[in-house]
Amino acid sequence: MENNKNDKKSTNRRNFLKLGLLSSVTAVAGASLISNLAVQDEEVAESGEKMRLLTPDGKIVEVDATNVNQYPEALVTPEESREGIPNRKFVMVIDLAKCKNARKCVEGCQKAHKLDYNEEFMKVQLIQDNPEASPYWLPKPCFHCDEPPCVTVCPTGATFKREDNIVLVDNDRCIGCKFCITSCPYSARQFNWGHKEKFDDKSQPYSPETSVPAAEGTVMKCDFCPDMLRQGKLPHCATSCPMGVIYFGDKNEDIVTNGEETVRFSELIKDRGGYRHLEHLGTKPNVYYLPAVNRQFPLERGFDVEEDIIERYKDVPFVQDLKKQGKI
Amino acid sequence: MNLENRKRELAREFSPMLEKTTKTSKIWIGFLIAVILVGVYAFFVQLFKGHIVTGMRDNVVWGIYIINFIFFVCLSYSGAFISGVLHFFKTPWKNSVSRIVEIITVLSLIVGPIFILLCIGRLDRLHYLFIYPRIQSPITWDIIAIMTDLIGCFIYLYLTFIPDFAILRDHSENASKWRQKVYKYLAIGYQDTPTQREKLHKITRTMSAMVIALAIVAYSVLAWIFSLTLQPGWNSSIFAPYFIIAGLYSGISVIIIAMYLIRKYYHLEHYIRKVHFIGAGIVLLVISLLFGYFTFSEYFSRWFSHKLSDANLLNTLFTRYFWMFIFANYIGVLVPIAILFFKKLRTIKSITFAAVIAVIGLWFNRYLIVVPTLESPYLPIQDTREEFVHYTATWIEWSLSFAGVAAFILFFILIMKLVPVIPMSGIIDNEREQKKVKKSFKKIVTE
Repeated sequence: MENNKNDKKSTNRRNFLKLGLLSSVTAVAGASLISNLAVQDEEVAESGEKMRLLTPDGKIVEVDATNVNQYPEALVTPEESREGIPNRKFVMVIDLAKCKNARKCVEGCQKAHKLDYNEEFMKVQLIQDNPEASPYWLPKPCFHCDEPPCVTVCPTGATFKREDNIVLVDNDRCIGCKFCITSCPYSARQFNWGHKEKFDDKSQPYSPETSVPAAEGTVMKCDFCPDMLRQGKLPHCATSCPMGVIYFGDKNEDIVTNGEETVRFSELIKDRGGYRHLEHLGTKPNVYYLPAVNRQFPLERGFDVEEDIIERYKDVPFVQDLKKQGKI
Repeated sequence: MNLENRKRELAREFSPMLEKTTKTSKIWIGFLIAVILVGVYAFFVQLFKGHIVTGMRDNVVWGIYIINFIFFVCLSYSGAFISGVLHFFKTPWKNSVSRIVEIITVLSLIVGPIFILLCIGRLDRLHYLFIYPRIQSPITWDIIAIMTDLIGCFIYLYLTFIPDFAILRDHSENASKWRQKVYKYLAIGYQDTPTQREKLHKITRTMSAMVIALAIVAYSVLAWIFSLTLQPGWNSSIFAPYFIIAGLYSGISVIIIAMYLIRKYYHLEHYIRKVHFIGAGIVLLVISLLFGYFTFSEYFSRWFSHKLSDANLLNTLFTRYFWMFIFANYIGVLVPIAILFFKKLRTIKSITFAAVIAVIGLWFNRYLIVVPTLESPYLPIQDTREEFVHYTATWIEWSLSFAGVAAFILFFILIMKLVPVIPMSGIIDNEREQKKVKKSFKKIVTE
């Protein structure tokens, strides 16, 4: 693999897309999310070096090494990113019982997407459904709705829904009218209000799949990390969560995993009473929540964070009560 | 020839208004240009530093730019609407106000869309709207509606100007050369022959009907930008008609204010009389009753059914925005109603005062539609840095807003320098009509 790293980068990229992502035989585990059958229909000078790869249905196939691409050299251009990964329907399941506002998902996401300390694609909200109910922490990514209001209102098609359930923003196309921000009922979108030095860093070419580098005057949001998915890896929030709160997977395969355990998506939702947030709005989100029952941590553990983070929850009645009691 | 003499007389009467510039008006023009220049400076600051210089942030992404946008565009639509109605139904007192209305229509339709441009993050990509258009987006509908309306209104305004241009061309011997040239060019060979006159009347009438239709469509599309989203304060089926009424409310008020100022500073007491103010005042009364009714229905149903999201919104309105809410939706509606309802209170000054209150109230009403809704979304605003939660406009936004108003007034003054604000052709038409009535009356008597 190393030998061919530098030649035929452009054709490599296309083949990479055709292939989906193939990990080497050893790396492929049972819960491999992203893998696809190798189809070779392009005229590429074969290197003669063969590689053996495992397909989702457990067959081992042999393909030419030139057809296998090496990440991260593979760039998915804005045009290509509109396609989506074939035959996938990505879903996320967030287990509220395990969340203690450790904020590792927030930080992991920020690091991967080169966000500042104050910018977050993933926010953690403190929700109390009714006065009697006990409050719980609710990590909130973009819900990648099946009926996305943001996509309908976009005047230029800068934000789009892909075959594989993912909603992305192409900031090369975005004119910054902010209509999508106002139409998202989950406040999942952010705007780049001013210029930042990091926008000029072109060492990594822009791709809607990585949302890096961001651009001034355009919209950005959680992207479900398609660049990781293409490698058969989980999104950054899921891998960085120490509690295994975030499960991610493919609805077609009916499998979700948090990196430690792999479960059937349908059973998980059935058995644990999975629901979608604000279902009545009809947006059909692809992020499911498991209710915060039989909690693993007391809620107060979530306040083991910096002072300025606690300040962000000061308007929540429950927090105001706690403050009165002198608990935080 | 009697008609020619009358035309000459009128041209002479109005020529000082067109050609002379008094000291006060020079000072005014200078002041307005200064305000506009500050706005231009603010615009460049925003252009180079980005939207970070505005008060808008991730939660409240639309601020007073969009409020000014709907305010001015609504003003324009209502102007078109009113002017169309005046023409179409041949309202007897239309002549003194019709040109004021037409000028308001076109100017606000030019100033309004500038504000939406200020709201766009990437002006350098504006052409993407045409390269990658998506017809599903209400913004695309709005662009189509506004452009169609702008063209329609321009044609309509121009049609009503033609006879006056012709009179000015024929009877401004003393005017400077460039003026004569401009008039000759703009009059496009109109000679006021009976056939020409009839043709022009017909076209103007057709256009006036079209302009009414255009205004209704464009209004509704503008309201849909808000009401087609899922947001608690916006997702309302009455928004389109509500916006039409609100637009008419501000439209009539601005017309009354303009009538007052023009009458006062150009000494046109002979043409703009109390009866015009009372007529406009009664229309304002009717519209304010309607506007109050719509406002009440809108908030009442939200309050009565108190869905959680609506309750949150109302809570915001009655705490953080309490005084603004009271001013916009109580004082801004009830004071004009009270003034205009009683016959004794209907003087020129009090009617103008009611109009001023209505305009300010309506602007705040727009503010309350846009900002508090964005501050109380479905999922409570949490885990956001403090300064991102609430909205306060910065000096950049204010100076650009005032620049918009100044540009509106300045253009108004400049247009009044080009053509008389009272249509001369209208005066002649009016007199002709009266003669006809007299003649037929005589016939009846002699027979």
